[in-house]
Amino acid sequence: MLYIKCPHCGMRSQNEFSYGGDATIKRPELGKEISDQDWDNFVYNRKSLRGKHWELWQHLSGCRQWIKVQRDTATHEIFKTLKANEEIS
Amino acid sequence: MTQSFRLESGGLINRDKKISFKFNGKNYYGYEGDTLASALIANGVHLIGRSFKYHRPRGFFGAGVDEPYAIVQLYRNGETEPNIKATEQELFEGLEAKSVNCWPSVNFDVGAINNFLKIFLPAGFYYKTFMWPKSFWYKIYEPFIRRAAGLGTASIKHDKERYEHKYEYCDLLITGSGPSGLASAYSAAKNGAKVILAEDKSRFGGTLLTSEVNIGNQSGKEWADSIISELKEMPNVTVKNRSQVFGYYDHNMLVMSERISDHLPKTKKFHPKQRLWYIRAKEVLISSGSIERPIVFGNNDTPGVMLSSAAKEYLKVYGVLVGKKPLVFTNNDSGYETAIEFKKNGIDPIILDTRKEPQSEIIEEAKNMNINIKNSYVVVAAQGYKKVKSADIAKISDNKEELGSIENIECDCICVSGFWTPTIHLASQSGNKTKFNEDIDAFVPGISKQNEKTLGAANGIYTLEETLKDSFENGNLLSKKITNNENKISFPNVVEKKSTVHDKFWCVPLPKGKNYKRFLDFQNDVAVSDIEIALKEGYRSIEHVKRYTTLGMATDQGKTSNLNGLQLVSKIENKVVPAVGHTTFRPPYSPVSIGAIVGREVGKHSKPTRKSPMHSWHEKNNAVFVDAGVWLRPRYYKRGEENLFEASKREARNVRTNVGVCDVTTLGKIDIKGPDAAELLNRVYTNAWLKLPVGKARYGVMLREDGIVMDDGTTTRISENHYHMTTTTAQAANVLSHLEYYLQLVWPELNVNVVSTTEQWAGAAIAGPKSREVLKKLFPNTDVTNEGLPFMGYMEGDLFGVKAKIFRISFSGELAYEVNVESDYGYFMWEKIIEVGEEFGIQPYGTEALSTLRIEMGHVAGSELDGRTIPYDNSLEGLLSKKKDFIGKRSLSRKAFAAEDRQKIVGVVPLDKKTSIPEGSHLVKDSNAPLPNPKLGYISASCWSVEHDNPFSLAILKDGKNMIGEKLFVMSPLKNKVIPVEIVSSHYVDPKGERVRS
Ligand SMILES: [Zn+2]
Repeated sequence: MLYIKCPHCGMRSQNEFSYGGDATIKRPELGKEISDQDWDNFVYNRKSLRGKHWELWQHLSGCRQWIKVQRDTATHEIFKTLKANEEIS
Repeated sequence: MTQSFRLESGGLINRDKKISFKFNGKNYYGYEGDTLASALIANGVHLIGRSFKYHRPRGFFGAGVDEPYAIVQLYRNGETEPNIKATEQELFEGLEAKSVNCWPSVNFDVGAINNFLKIFLPAGFYYKTFMWPKSFWYKIYEPFIRRAAGLGTASIKHDKERYEHKYEYCDLLITGSGPSGLASAYSAAKNGAKVILAEDKSRFGGTLLTSEVNIGNQSGKEWADSIISELKEMPNVTVKNRSQVFGYYDHNMLVMSERISDHLPKTKKFHPKQRLWYIRAKEVLISSGSIERPIVFGNNDTPGVMLSSAAKEYLKVYGVLVGKKPLVFTNNDSGYETAIEFKKNGIDPIILDTRKEPQSEIIEEAKNMNINIKNSYVVVAAQGYKKVKSADIAKISDNKEELGSIENIECDCICVSGFWTPTIHLASQSGNKTKFNEDIDAFVPGISKQNEKTLGAANGIYTLEETLKDSFENGNLLSKKITNNENKISFPNVVEKKSTVHDKFWCVPLPKGKNYKRFLDFQNDVAVSDIEIALKEGYRSIEHVKRYTTLGMATDQGKTSNLNGLQLVSKIENKVVPAVGHTTFRPPYSPVSIGAIVGREVGKHSKPTRKSPMHSWHEKNNAVFVDAGVWLRPRYYKRGEENLFEASKREARNVRTNVGVCDVTTLGKIDIKGPDAAELLNRVYTNAWLKLPVGKARYGVMLREDGIVMDDGTTTRISENHYHMTTTTAQAANVLSHLEYYLQLVWPELNVNVVSTTEQWAGAAIAGPKSREVLKKLFPNTDVTNEGLPFMGYMEGDLFGVKAKIFRISFSGELAYEVNVESDYGYFMWEKIIEVGEEFGIQPYGTEALSTLRIEMGHVAGSELDGRTIPYDNSLEGLLSKKKDFIGKRSLSRKAFAAEDRQKIVGVVPLDKKTSIPEGSHLVKDSNAPLPNPKLGYISASCWSVEHDNPFSLAILKDGKNMIGEKLFVMSPLKNKVIPVEIVSSHYVDPKGERVRS
């Protein structure tokens, strides 16, 4: 079970969180024209990277904040966690 | 029976307390502190089971967790449990155990013909023999295997024992209480670190219980006892025996199974049987010791052949002789320690040492005791079927390839020592890159991936002095790092006998003309010849060889077989062992009961049960409940002899003719506040929300980004910047997370807060033509007329002194209201509604009537909004705003979603107006078409229409738009039904929606 540092609450076990997928995907702006391909990329297409990956988790059974977690998908090492409003650098 | 193999005195057992037990139906006695194994050996019982594949007789091989043979079916307090190691099971009064793997009995076993018929002999037998001919599998092989194989029988009864889970955090977790565990725990504890020390066995001390050493001025055991009693007194230390740390997971999370009651005849009241600990440790010290490995020789699986360390443990801990004419077969000094123990107790052992001229303190001591030592000697084969009777022995050449002439010597046990294998399972599970240590011919931990460190014998360190030094130091260093506190301990003086190097010899060659089976894996019956066949057939990777031969794949995970298997492959392949590599260790280290893994989350406790504040009223009024997600809701209220069908029809009809009341507390409720609340709703819902006036409710549908309907519900504008959203019962949690996602990540600029208020409000739906009359009585001072509170209106009211929210919304299609009060007043509200409604014929109605009412209205719910449908499918396309964008809108223009013949909701009526239609049935054009009959759609929900008094269903049907009036067939192969039906509009009642506005 992973041990995730919630930027609001501190170190918490994985079972307090729910996974939210790739954190680098940006939702297209509302009301803007978008090609089928770009929309499909936003809704469906994910890279499923092996290695370092920024992903979203929600601290569901804690502060309910969505957070960004940089994790190695192969080793589970967690390098960094950010609040929702902090930009991935 | 007398305990003829029990010594007059000695051992750590309590001879004052005799314990009676049964094995295979026979009565025996042992002592408190015995294991089932030690008590059986004391009674001269050496035959305990049959082997897995060849059904060869099985005795005892070890004295603990590494035991591959002595697996029994245990009976305790009316329960039975399979796969119990007799070497681990502590004796208790009334214990009963039976052999497994034998049929009809352990002494006469039909399966043993395998041994002679050789049907199942070769490697890969699963793949070869059972595959051909195919028909043989069902008729012959499977029934035979099911009957003759297996490691016991699981009980099919409900387990009445309790198992618990516990979460714990500590600075240092130390696994094993031998010398390294005790020393590291002690120095860490003295530095103030929070320490958990876990010991698998019932007694602390590990090898200190059986070795002849002195620490300070105490014996090894005395020193262990004094350290443990001091640790137990320290508030920062948790000391646990009967506790196996079996899994090392990510981020230093380890799982330990504590056997709290398995050693007692009966679990004490309010105690669990076992407890599973989830431990998050800052540092882990692995002090799990090492396991002696066997030397491979002919018939080395005969009962009476066992590890020399086990023989010593039976002597020193249990006062039990494993034999009275022992032969010790060794390639190192450990065998001498066992021989010396025998000699001290008046038994004359013979030592066969594969080494030519070894010299050491221990060997000197053995010589001084006049023990018969034969150098450069090996056991070629054990003789005897159900018990060792003699051994064929021979001199072996210096190159270890030629055997001298065979001599036969009488013996009743063969104690084998092939040196020591560090227990690296936990280190390996943690991701440690283990490395091969040439000096000890075994793998030891290498580079750590997590915060773990392996100490003592588990790390290949076999002298006590070095082990203690290393362990005191590591315990001190690691804890100091955490507590910033150092309390140095003076290192005690250690006295131990020096030993000399071991011989790398591990497998005795076959004598000419003999074809003895030489076993590597004792639990899965994998012999040297099996590995040879696998390699001949071209298997190279050790992972493949393992799977093909099943080497190391039994429940003991090859604790005694892995290394010898690797040695063999490396020898045949002419590669060094590390080049062969070893297979991955996976949790659990030792089998864990399913009950412990499941814990308390069984049956009703597998999920929480939520009840509305009106629950006790429903109970008192004969409600029959149904699980709705985690909620318990009244399904119907039983009157007299009514069944579900009759009661729900009565309740639904009463709503259509008079008035009914339904507990709708379970609906999800979300409070939304902030200046941008309307904007949020406008983006989340498909329809327009910016112009909803204060005091009005609106129905809305929300989509996922892929265009699929996520949920529906009504949201009410309570005041300028305050909205009250309702969701379906099932989707309440998901919708909240969905809103939080968009507010926190996608549109943080929106100034809105959302919070769940599902538990804060109790809700009652009052529905039916007379509902307004009830409302007038409930709120005499409020204008609830059609003008004062029109359809989709909202107002606050005073319900006999309780503040209430009144929504004029309808799920049933009738004139209806929903009244919400704070949860604590829910029961009061409900009683008042029933009281004032009596004169109008009010009746409570349950979820079954609720469904009936919504189905015949064509109002979609969870069975239509099932994660596969878009708004069009549910005839909700009228709610899709063309003027604004919203979540999921772009997806709706995908080709499939815009197809002309897209599926759509319809109504379905059986032509005979009688036959009810099973939910989940398929709609087809021709009931006689050949299979697979093309499916046009499916029945999503069915009811008995109370308005038309005939069955009515909703269906999602391909090209539903153009199918009204068509005649199709409903097919339910499961219920063996074919029903001719007509497709009608999904709005079967009041299609114009006049009643809700009346
Ligand atoms: Zn948090």
